Amino acid sequence: MTDWIDIDALATRIPDGARLAIPADYGGVAMAATRALIRRHASGLRLVTVPTSGLQADLLIGAGAAAEIETAGVTLGEHGLAPRFTAAAKAGKIAIRDATCPAIHAGLQAAEKGIPFMPLRGLIGSDLLAARPEWHIIDNPFAGGSLETGDDPIVLLPAIRPDLALFHARWADRAGNVWIGRRRELATMAHAAVTSLVTVEARFDGDLLADEATAAGTLPALYVGAVALAERGAWPLGLPGVYPADDDELARYAATARTEAGFADYIAGTPRRAA
Amino acid sequence: MSPCTPTELSIAALARHVRGLRHVAVGNASPIPAAAALLARELSGGAMTVAILGSQRHNPYTDGGRELFDCAGQGRLDAFFLGGGEIDGQANVNLVAVGDRQAPQARFPGSFGSAYLYFVVPKVILFREEHSRRVLVPRVSFISAPGTSDQGIHRTGGPVALVTGRCVFAFDRARARFRLDSIHPGRDLAEIRAETGFEFDVADDVATTELPAQAELALIRDRIAGEIAETYPRFAARTWQCAA
Repeated sequence: MTDWIDIDALATRIPDGARLAIPADYGGVAMAATRALIRRHASGLRLVTVPTSGLQADLLIGAGAAAEIETAGVTLGEHGLAPRFTAAAKAGKIAIRDATCPAIHAGLQAAEKGIPFMPLRGLIGSDLLAARPEWHIIDNPFAGGSLETGDDPIVLLPAIRPDLALFHARWADRAGNVWIGRRRELATMAHAAVTSLVTVEARFDGDLLADEATAAGTLPALYVGAVALAERGAWPLGLPGVYPADDDELARYAATARTEAGFADYIAGTPRRAA
Repeated sequence: MSPCTPTELSIAALARHVRGLRHVAVGNASPIPAAAALLARELSGGAMTVAILGSQRHNPYTDGGRELFDCAGQGRLDAFFLGGGEIDGQANVNLVAVGDRQAPQARFPGSFGSAYLYFVVPKVILFREEHSRRVLVPRVSFISAPGTSDQGIHRTGGPVALVTGRCVFAFDRARARFRLDSIHPGRDLAEIRAETGFEFDVADDVATTELPAQAELALIRDRIAGEIAETYPRFAARTWQCAA
C-alpha cells in the first residue's frame, strides 16, 4: 500500500546522494517537492533528467543540492540558458554526464526490463561517446560481418537504475495508483527506479484501475512509494492539460538567477506554494 | 500586407525543405522551424504529421518521450530540424561546450536528440539565425553529432541543408562540404564569405532566396502565428504581437 504523506515528509524520503530521475519541463515536474528538497538542504543528489530539464535542475544546482547531472540538455527554453547550470558548468562545480535523449530513454528501458544494457543507433563518432567510458561499441552479432554490411558497430548503454523517480501528476487514488495520461516516460522512469515519489494535484475519488479509460493512463501503485498532495505542484511550470506554465514567473527567475546573489534572493523570496 | 520579415523568410525557406513529406518533427528551442513545419503542413492540406516538442496540440505521440526516437530508428520520421552552438564545414554540430571540458568558456544546454537523430532521419535541416564566425566555425570544439560517418556505420540519414539569417547552403554528404545555393535578399556573397568561418562551394547558378508567396505569408500571419503561440508565447508576441 502506497503511503499518502505531506510534501515535507516526501522530501525527507529523498536521501542526500540519491540518484534521482526527474522529467522534462513539459512532462509533470514536482516543483513544490523540489522547493521542499531545497528547504531541507538536500545535497549530493545525482540527477538523471528524462531526458532534459530546466527550472528544476537549475534550482537544485543553484541551491547546492546536486553533485552530478546526467542529461541530454538543461535550458529554460524561451527564457534562455539555465543560469545556475551554466555557471556551475563553467566553474567545474558540477559533474555533467552529457547524454542524448534516446540514450536516457534506452538506459531506463534496460532497467525496466531488468537487463544490463540496451543497444542504440547513432552516437558513433560523437564526443559524447568519447566522454563516456561506460558506453561500449560492439559489432552487431546478427550482422554476419559481410563485405556489404561490414561489422555493423553499435553502441551499448548500461541500464540506468535510479534510486528514486520524482514527478508530479494530475491524480492519484487512495491506493496510490497514479494517472499519468499519455506521459508514458513517467511510467518508464518509475519502472526503472527502485521506487517513485509522486505529488498530485488532487486525490481521485475512486479506483483508477477500475475503468479501462483511466487504467490505460495509470501507473499502478506497485511502483509508487509515496504520494503527497500538492495543488499547482508543478508551478511555475505547467501541467499538461491542467494549467500552462507561468511565463512571467519563469521570466522573473531567468532575470533574477543570473547572479549567485540574485539566485539566493529568489530562493529566499519564493513562497512555499503557488500563488 | 506589410513586407516579409527576415523571420518569415526563414520560415518559408525551411518549409520548402520539408514540402511533401509525411512526418516532420521539431525539437527544443526551435520556434522558426516549428512555424516552418506547420506552414508545410498547411500547404500539404493536412497530409503531413507534425510533432512539436513541448506542444500539446502538435504532439501525435502516445507512448512517451521514446516514441519520436523509436519512429526515427525505424525510418518513420522523414525530417528534423537541428540548431547548433557551433556548426562546422563538415556539418558537425556542437551543442555542448566551447573550450576546456572541465571549465569551458561557453556551455550550451546539451545535445538533446542530435547524436541519434542525425544518423537516422533522412533529411536533417540545420538552422541557425545567427550567421557569424562565432557560430559557423572551421572545426567545432565538441562533436555532439558528426555530419558524416565512415562506411560501415549504420547511417540512414544526416544533414541536407543549412539555413541561416543570410543564406541557404546545401550539404553534399559524399564530399562532406556545404555549397551556397541561395542568398537572402539584401545580402551578398562577400558578406557571407566574411561571416563564415569554414570554406564552402558556391553553386554556378546561385539564386536569391525566394520570398514566400503572398498566400504563404498570409497563412503564416493568420494561422501559424497563433498556433506557435501555444508553445512559444514570447516568440509569437515578439514576431507577430500575437497571443495563444
